[in-house]
This record gives sequence, structure tokens and C-alpha cells, in this order.
Amino acid sequence: MSSLTIDDVRARHPEPFRQASRRLQIQVGAVAACLAYGLFCAWLFDVSWQRLTAGLGRIGVVFGQMLVWKDFWSWDFEGIFLGLGQSLAMAFLGTIMASLVALPLAFLAARTVVRPALPRHVIRRLFDMLRGIDQLIWALVFVRALGLGPLSGLLAIFTSDIGTLGKLYSEALENVDRKQVEGVRATGASRMQVYRFGFLPQIFPVFLSQTLYYIESNTRSATVLGVVGAGGIGLQLSERMKVQYWDQAAFIMLLILLTVSLVDQASALIRRRFIGGPSR
Amino acid sequence: MAGSDALHIDLGNRPAVRNFELHRHELMARRRRDSAIFFLALAIGLAVSLNVAQLFPERLLTGLPKVGDYIYATLPHLRPDVLFENSKTEGSLAYWYFNLPKYLRLLAETLNMALIGTALGATGALVMCFPASRNLVRSTWIYAGTRRLMEVCRAIPEIIYAILFVYTFGIGPLAGVLALAIHTAGALGKLFSEVNENVATGPIEGVRGAGGSWLQEMRYGVFPQVLPNFLSYTLLRFEINVRSSSILGFVGAGGIGQELYYVISFNFYEEVSAIVLMVILTVTAIDLLSAKLRAMATGEEHML
Repeated sequence: MSSLTIDDVRARHPEPFRQASRRLQIQVGAVAACLAYGLFCAWLFDVSWQRLTAGLGRIGVVFGQMLVWKDFWSWDFEGIFLGLGQSLAMAFLGTIMASLVALPLAFLAARTVVRPALPRHVIRRLFDMLRGIDQLIWALVFVRALGLGPLSGLLAIFTSDIGTLGKLYSEALENVDRKQVEGVRATGASRMQVYRFGFLPQIFPVFLSQTLYYIESNTRSATVLGVVGAGGIGLQLSERMKVQYWDQAAFIMLLILLTVSLVDQASALIRRRFIGGPSR
Repeated sequence: MAGSDALHIDLGNRPAVRNFELHRHELMARRRRDSAIFFLALAIGLAVSLNVAQLFPERLLTGLPKVGDYIYATLPHLRPDVLFENSKTEGSLAYWYFNLPKYLRLLAETLNMALIGTALGATGALVMCFPASRNLVRSTWIYAGTRRLMEVCRAIPEIIYAILFVYTFGIGPLAGVLALAIHTAGALGKLFSEVNENVATGPIEGVRGAGGSWLQEMRYGVFPQVLPNFLSYTLLRFEINVRSSSILGFVGAGGIGQELYYVISFNFYEEVSAIVLMVILTVTAIDLLSAKLRAMATGEEHML
């Protein structure tokens, strides 16, 4: 027994070895298929070695230019900081307006509040539609309809967030504790009072924290809405990238990163203090 | 009788009650102060934002009808009597979707961009996630360096990378794929490394005890434990990337976005709704498919 080699074992128990090699074959086949598909896509996307090396060379040049800030003091700081302010304002106002509109709509879309199915489904499909179209597409539509500027970006955030927040709030409303609602109803409260004292206090924490979270996340997206002309810092950034002022573009990117992280920290502070804080 | 006597005792004089009341007043005052600060800050923020974003009632009132008109104009003018006629008849489905072959080709390109971008990004994340896990590397420099690299990758939005790559690699889907891949590597790398940090140490120690190298520890000790979660996160990212890849064309980085930008810019109204509808349907279909696959990926976890 002790002098058995692997070949001996293989000869005595062929089946387990066959299984293992079959599995290996399948794995190799799958990897080969994936690679083949990748190569096919590379051909489809018109990728060539020459194009890649030329592009990488140009990226090197761009990075070099990003590091040398020429004529720093003559840059248009007013435009840059106004753009940054516009982005922040778009995110802040857009989210707050969207959450105020989404809240009453969410009541209509919640099964626990509205019994008949038809209005509920209409509102839900509305939410799906608003949410399903990307913010940047909304921005482009508003730019075409209203013209360039932060108002278009604000409305883009507002529109798509009605869909997202409405869905979240209506789900929260469907998960409320029945006992509190029934308790309020048992006191002989009117319908509005049941909503106000039975439902609202239960979803209020969700409402506040989601609004805060979306202000945070919209600050990120508000920085790119300007790419299609909807105002904000994205406009400043994409214009400078188009004319290859890479040093100014790098400065704006750093500014965006700094702002986003500041907003994150402020939001964490508010969350600790006002939402999950000990005073509640 | 003793019970009713007890009710008449002046509770306010008891030290415990007095302390409680004092504390309650303090808490209430603090809460009122917090709320006042909160609403004051909110009011100031709103006032400043309203002015910076130029949201004035008269602009909104003149603007909103225009938005309604625009959206109405993009809707197809279908006529029920000629609904199934050929593409030459105004009011038929075929007239609305006369460009369908082109749309389908561009949608396929969009999906391919998302697929390849996610695959490349997930590969990058897989390479970066092990050195970026606190519990798997000893050197603080390697750990911190990889983390910073991943942060830079994910902090800059895809579309900004896309503008850069369109300039350096030329117009087309290659720029979009690279933009998606870099952003995905950063975003997934963070999630992957968080999964790694919760891994059981037993298998790693086992491989180390058998004389395995660091790479073998990762391959045979960590990887089998984290694979289902990695798959699930990658699929989730694929869904996100399908959405993103449909708009990267706005800056020339390939996919259906380029066509959408074109038809919106040139006011080909009905084509706008045709493309947007197709994008929504595709995104929804991918979401449903991916949810099924994700359930399968994490289902394996229970069997292991």
C-alpha cells in the first residue's frame, strides 16, 4: 500500500480523476470563451496596439501638464467658485424639493394607506419612469427646454429624485407598525390625523436620513451635470478639458474631491447630532 | 385609605423626582436649541441656494410649461388605424422606430461596453483588494498606498474620465470602456477589501501551516470564502455600469448615448422617446436578470 504512486491510484479509481479533469476542461473552456469574446469586442471597438500606445503616451503628457500650474493667479477663480456654489445649491435645493414632493406622493403609492390598486399603480409607474431615466438625460432635456444654467440641473436632480425618494418612502410607509396606526384610529381620529400621528412619526427618521443621504450623493452627481450644460462646476471642468487646460482641470478636480469629502463629513455630523443623536 | 394618602404627597419635593425634572428640562432645552440651530441653518442654506441656482418663481412659471411642451413633443403621434403599417406611414409603430436596426446595434455596443468595462474593472479590483485589506498585509505602506489609489479611481466620475480618454484615445467605445473600468476598479476594490476584512482566519493559517506563499494563502485561504460576495457585487456593479454606459456617449465615448445626444440636439423629437424607451427597457431587463443571477451567486454561499 505504501508504495502506491498517483498513477496507480488513477488506474484503480478512474472515475474521480475523470470528473476532476472534466471540470478542468470546462473551466479552461469557459475562460477561453471569455477571452475570445473580449478579443471580439476589442476588434469591435476598433482597438489596436498602436492606438493604445499612442493614447497612453498622450495620457502621460496630460498628467505632466496637470502637475505644472501655469499663471495660477490669472485663473478665473470667480467662475470656478461660483460653479462650485451652483453645484452645491443644485444638490441641496433639488433634493429638498424632491423629498417634499415625494412624501405626499409616497402616501398615495403605499398599499397600507391607499386601498384601491389603480391610483397606487399609476403613481408607482410614474416613480419608475422618473427614476429609470438617467439624471444626465433629464439634464439634457431641461437644457433643451429651458436653456443653459443651474436651473436645468436643479430640475434634473429634482425630477429623478422624486422617483427614487418616492419609492423609498412608500416602502417605508408599507413597513410601518400597524399597532400605532390602529391606536390613533381607535381614539376616533380623522383620516388626516391618522396619517399625521399614526404614519408620519414612524417614517420621519427614514425621511430625514434619506434626504440627507441624497443631498450627499447628489452633490457628487451635481458636479457632472454641467457636462451637458446644466450649470455648476461640471461646466467649468468640461470646458477646460475641451480646450486642454489640464492644469486648471486638475485644480477643479481637487476642489471637487475636497468639497465632496467636506459635505460627507458635514452630513455625518448632522446625522450624529440630529438624527441618531442622544437628544432624541 | 393609605393609598389615597400616598397620592397627596408632594412628589416635587422628593430629590429623585426633582433631579428627574431638572434633567428633563435640560434635555428639552437642548433639543429645542438643536432644532432652532437646525432650522436656522436650513433657512440660510435655502435662501443662499435659491439665489445661486437662480430659482425664481417667475422663471419657474415661464419655464415649466416649456418643459411640458417639450416632453409632449417627444411623444410619438401614433394613430390606432395605421398602427401596424410600414415605416412610410406617419403614425405607425414602424414609422416611430424606423431606425430600429441602428438603435439595436448601438444598444448592443452599450451592453458590450458595460460588460467589458465591468470585467476589466473587476479584474483590477481583484488585484488591488488583497493588498488593500488591513488583515492580509503587514506593511502599512502597501495598505495605505493601495487604498489611496482606489480612492482616486472611484472619486472622479466616469464621465470625467470619459472626456479625458476621448481626448487621448479618440472618439468611440474604447474611451467609454476605459472610463468604466477605472471607476469600477476603485468602487469594487473598496467593497472587495471590506469583504476580505471579515474573512475567517482558519483557512489562511492552514495554508500558511502547509508552507504556502502569500499568493497561495490568498488563492486557497481567502478567495474561496469571498468568491460568492465578489460575484454578487460585480453583478450589482454591472447593472450600474449599464446605466452609466448609456450616457457616456454624451461626450463621445460610444454607445447609444451618442445617438441620444444627437437626436436631442437636433430636435428629432419622436426619436428621443424611442431611444429613451429602449434604454429604460434594457436597463430594467438587465436589473431583473442580474437580480436572478445574484440570488444564484449568494445561494451557493448557503450550500458551501
